[in-house]
Amino acid sequence: MSFIQRVRHLISLYAVEIRSFFVLAAPRAWTTDWGDHVPKDSETGDFVVFERVQKSYDGEILVVKDLNLSIGKGEFLTMLGPSGSGKTTCLMMLAGFETATHGEILLDGNPINNIPPHKRGIGMVFQNYALFPHMTVAENLAFPLEVRKIGKSDREAKVKRALDMVQMGDFGGRRPAQLSGGQQQRVALARALVFEPELVLMDEPLGALDKQLREHMQFEITNLAHDLGITTVYVTHDQTEALTMSDRVAVFDDGRIQQLAPPDVLYEEPENSFVAQFIGENNTLSGTVETIEGGACTVKLASGDIIDAKPVNVTKPGEKTLVSIRPERVEFNKDRLQAGAHTLKAEVLEFIYMGDIFRTRLRVAGREDFVVKTRNAPDQVRLKPGEQIEIGWLPEDCRALDA
Amino acid sequence: MSEATTDGPMLAADGTPLKKSLARALRREKIRAFMLIAPLLIFILITFIAPIADMLFRSVENNIVSDTIPRAVQMLKTWDPDEDDLPDEDTYLAFYTDMVFAEERKQHTRLGTRLNYEKTGMSSLFRKSGRGVGRFDTDEYTDAFTDLNAAWEDPQTWLEVASEAGPRTASAITTWQAVLREEEDDPLEEDPTDWDVLYANLFADLSASDGYDNALLEEARVATAEIEPVSLRAAFDDIDEDWSDPEVWKTIQTYAATYTPGYFLNSVDLALTPDGIEARDEDQRIYITLFQRTLYLSLMITFSCILLGYPVAWILANLPARSANLLLILVLLPFWTSLLVRTSAWKVLLQQQGVINDILVWSRLIDEAGRLVMINNQTGTIIAMTHILLPFMILPLYSVMKTIPPSYLRAAKSLGATNWTAFWRVYFPQSVPGMGAGSILVFILAIGYYITPELVGGTQGVFISNRIAFHISSSLNWGLAAALGTILLAAVLILYWAYDKMVGIDNVKLGG
Repeated sequence: MSFIQRVRHLISLYAVEIRSFFVLAAPRAWTTDWGDHVPKDSETGDFVVFERVQKSYDGEILVVKDLNLSIGKGEFLTMLGPSGSGKTTCLMMLAGFETATHGEILLDGNPINNIPPHKRGIGMVFQNYALFPHMTVAENLAFPLEVRKIGKSDREAKVKRALDMVQMGDFGGRRPAQLSGGQQQRVALARALVFEPELVLMDEPLGALDKQLREHMQFEITNLAHDLGITTVYVTHDQTEALTMSDRVAVFDDGRIQQLAPPDVLYEEPENSFVAQFIGENNTLSGTVETIEGGACTVKLASGDIIDAKPVNVTKPGEKTLVSIRPERVEFNKDRLQAGAHTLKAEVLEFIYMGDIFRTRLRVAGREDFVVKTRNAPDQVRLKPGEQIEIGWLPEDCRALDA
Repeated sequence: MSEATTDGPMLAADGTPLKKSLARALRREKIRAFMLIAPLLIFILITFIAPIADMLFRSVENNIVSDTIPRAVQMLKTWDPDEDDLPDEDTYLAFYTDMVFAEERKQHTRLGTRLNYEKTGMSSLFRKSGRGVGRFDTDEYTDAFTDLNAAWEDPQTWLEVASEAGPRTASAITTWQAVLREEEDDPLEEDPTDWDVLYANLFADLSASDGYDNALLEEARVATAEIEPVSLRAAFDDIDEDWSDPEVWKTIQTYAATYTPGYFLNSVDLALTPDGIEARDEDQRIYITLFQRTLYLSLMITFSCILLGYPVAWILANLPARSANLLLILVLLPFWTSLLVRTSAWKVLLQQQGVINDILVWSRLIDEAGRLVMINNQTGTIIAMTHILLPFMILPLYSVMKTIPPSYLRAAKSLGATNWTAFWRVYFPQSVPGMGAGSILVFILAIGYYITPELVGGTQGVFISNRIAFHISSSLNWGLAAALGTILLAAVLILYWAYDKMVGIDNVKLGG
C-alpha cells in the first residue's frame, strides 16, 4: 500500500501546479475550462456518443456491429477485448483515422464524422508512443502548440508545466531514444495533454512496459486523468489494467459490446459467459436448468450432480446453461455454507503456493480444471493432493449464464 | 579475496595478465574472420585497387622522356635558352646517340607521341628524324678510323679498349651492348662499322682528350686532328628545320622531368610551357567546361530522381505487401533490360522524327517546324539518365520509408497538424537519410556515367567520362585520362566529405 500512497502523495503535491497550469491556459478558445473543473469519479452526460456505428474494411465482414455507447464528461472508459474484437477500430474512428461505414459519432453533441483528425482536438497516446525521433522531448511537446500557432514564451511555459506534471522536467533536451520505456510513456502522455484536450484516447499505452512499471503507470494515468477531469477512452486487452483504472469498462467481442459496466459489476456480475470467462478466472460447468424459483435455480450437471445457482440468462427449466463460479467464491468449509445448500464431491489434484494466495486444482463433476483460490491466512487449510473434500458456494456467487 | 582487490593488473586464472589473455583469445577470432574475407580482399586488391593506383600514378608519371633520350636530357639541363639560341654541338651528339638507339628499339615514335600532347608536330618530327639519323654523314668518322687502323673494324677492340676513350664512348658502348642483347645478337659477331654512332662518340671523346696510355687510342687521338668534324646541328636541320626551332628544344627540356604536373594542368585547361604555367588558348579550353557540365548535369539528374522517386517510394512503402511487391517489380524492371536497349528506346522516343514529337505534331500542340529538340543535347542526357538511375533513388528511399511507422503521421495529425505539416515536420525529416543515400548513389553513378551520355548527349550533353574514354581508347593519352580521372575521384571524395560535414554520413541509411 505504501507504493500507492506514495503515488497519491505525488499527485497531491503537483495538484497546485496542475491547477495553475490550466488557469493560465484558460483564455484560449480551443482550451477546455479545466481551471474551474472539480473532478469527480465519473460524471453523467453524453460527451462522446456512438450511435448505431458500423465499420467494415472489406465490404464483407463487419468489424464493428451496431455500436451504441455514450461516454460521460470526465469519465475514464476502457474498451477491453481480445484482439480483433473491434475495440481499436472504435478508437480510431473516434480519433478520425477511420471512417464509420454507418452511424454517427458525436463529440460534445456535434457530429464529427466529417471532421479531419487534426481538427478534432483529441489527444492521443499511441501503443509505441510515436514520439518523433528527430525532435527532442521539448520539441515533441511543443509540436502541437506550434501547429496551433501559440507564441514562443507561452509555448515554453506550457511545455515546462506539462513535463513537470509527468515528472520529466529535466529531460526536455533529450531525444526519445535516450529515454527508458517508462520515461517515453510519460513524455507521450505529456504530449497528448499539453494542448489541453477535453478528450484523450489511449491505445494500449502500457503494452510495452514491464509489469512493475506498468502497474505504477496505471495509477499515474488514472490519477492524472481524474485530477485534470479529462474524458479518457482507454483501449487494452489486459483485464487487470481495465479493472484497476476505469470508471466503466466496455467489454468487446465480435464487434459488439458484450457488457458495459463499472469494474466491480463486471467482475462480480458478468452478464454472459464470454464476459465471465474473459474477466478474471472462472470455473465453468455445463448443465441443464432443473428448477427456477425467484432469484435462485438449481442446475443438473452432466455428472448428475445438482448445484445451486443464480439465474442470469436462463428463464425456464430444461434450458441448457453454463454456470460460472469465481475460484475465490468456492467454499470447502461447510460451516460457511447455507443450510441445505447443495455440495459437490471433489478430489484435490494439485496445490500451488503462490505467496498471497493458494491455488488448488480439483476434480469436480468429471472435470479436472476446477480451481479454488484461498487467501494465505494463518488459519487457512493447505489441502494435499489426493484429499477428498466437499465444495459448495452461495447461490448468488454461481451464475447460470447462456450456454 | 579476488584479484580485483590486489594492486596491479587483473590476472587470469593461469596468472597471465587478463588483458593479454583476452587479446590472445580474441586473436584467433580475428584471424578466422580475416581468413573469411581474405579471398575477396585479395581479389579486390589485385583487380581493383592495384589497377586504379597504377592508373592514377600515370597522371604524373613521365619516365618516357628521360628513358628514351637520357643523354640529351642530361645535356639539356645545362642549356639556357636565354643565352644560347640552340643547344651546343655536344647536346646534338647526345641527342643523335639517343635517337639512334631509340630508333633501333622503336621507341622514338612513342616519345614523339608523348611530346606531341604538349607541342603539335613533335610526333611527325620524331618519326622523320628516326628515319634520318641513319643517313647522317657520321660515316666519315667510321671511314677515317677504320682507314687509320683495321683494329677499329674489330668488335673486340670496341668491347675491350674503346671504353677508355671517354665517358661518351663508354656509355654508347654500354647501350650498344644492351640493344644487341635485347635483339639476342652477339656483339662479337656484330660489325661495328654499321654503327656510325660509336665512331662519332669516339671522335668526340678523343678530340676532348689530352692523351692516352693505350697506343691504339693515342694513335687515333693524334689522327683526329686530321678529321673534319661533322656538324650534327646542320645534319638535324637537314632532316627538318624544326630542329633549329628553340621551342622544340625548350619543350623537350620542360618535359624532361620524371614526374610532371603537365597532365593535371592540361586537365584544368592550363599548360606547362617553357615559360611557366599558362592558360591554354581559348579554343582549346574544354575540360573546365566539361567538369562544370558534368557536375551540373549530375545534380540535375539527382534532383529529378528525388522529384520522381519520392512519391513512388512513398506509395511503395504505404501499399499493402502484395501490391507493393508488384510495383517494386516494375521499379526493378529497368534493371533487367539492357542499358543499351533502354538508351536506344529513348533515342526512338525523343528524336525530332520520334514518337513524342509525332504525337505533339499530330495533336497540333506544336507545328511541323517547331519539333522539339530533346535528344543529342543536355535534355536528352537528363531524361535518359534520370530514367536509368531512378531505381537507385527509389530503393534506398523505400527501405527507409518502410521503417517509418504510420503511427508518427497519425500522432502528428492527432496533435493538430494538417496533412502537409504532418508530412513536412514529421515524415520528411525521417526520410532524409534515405534521400541522402539515394542522392549519393545517384550522384556518384551519374558523375562517372559514360554510355548513355555518349549515345544521347550529342556534343552538349557529354560528360567528362566520355572525354576520359576518348583519351583511353582513341588518343591513347593515358596520362591525361588518368589525371582527369584523378580529379573526378577527388571531386567525388570532396563532395562526400562535404555531405558528411553538412548532413552527417551516419544519417545515410539503406534501410533498417
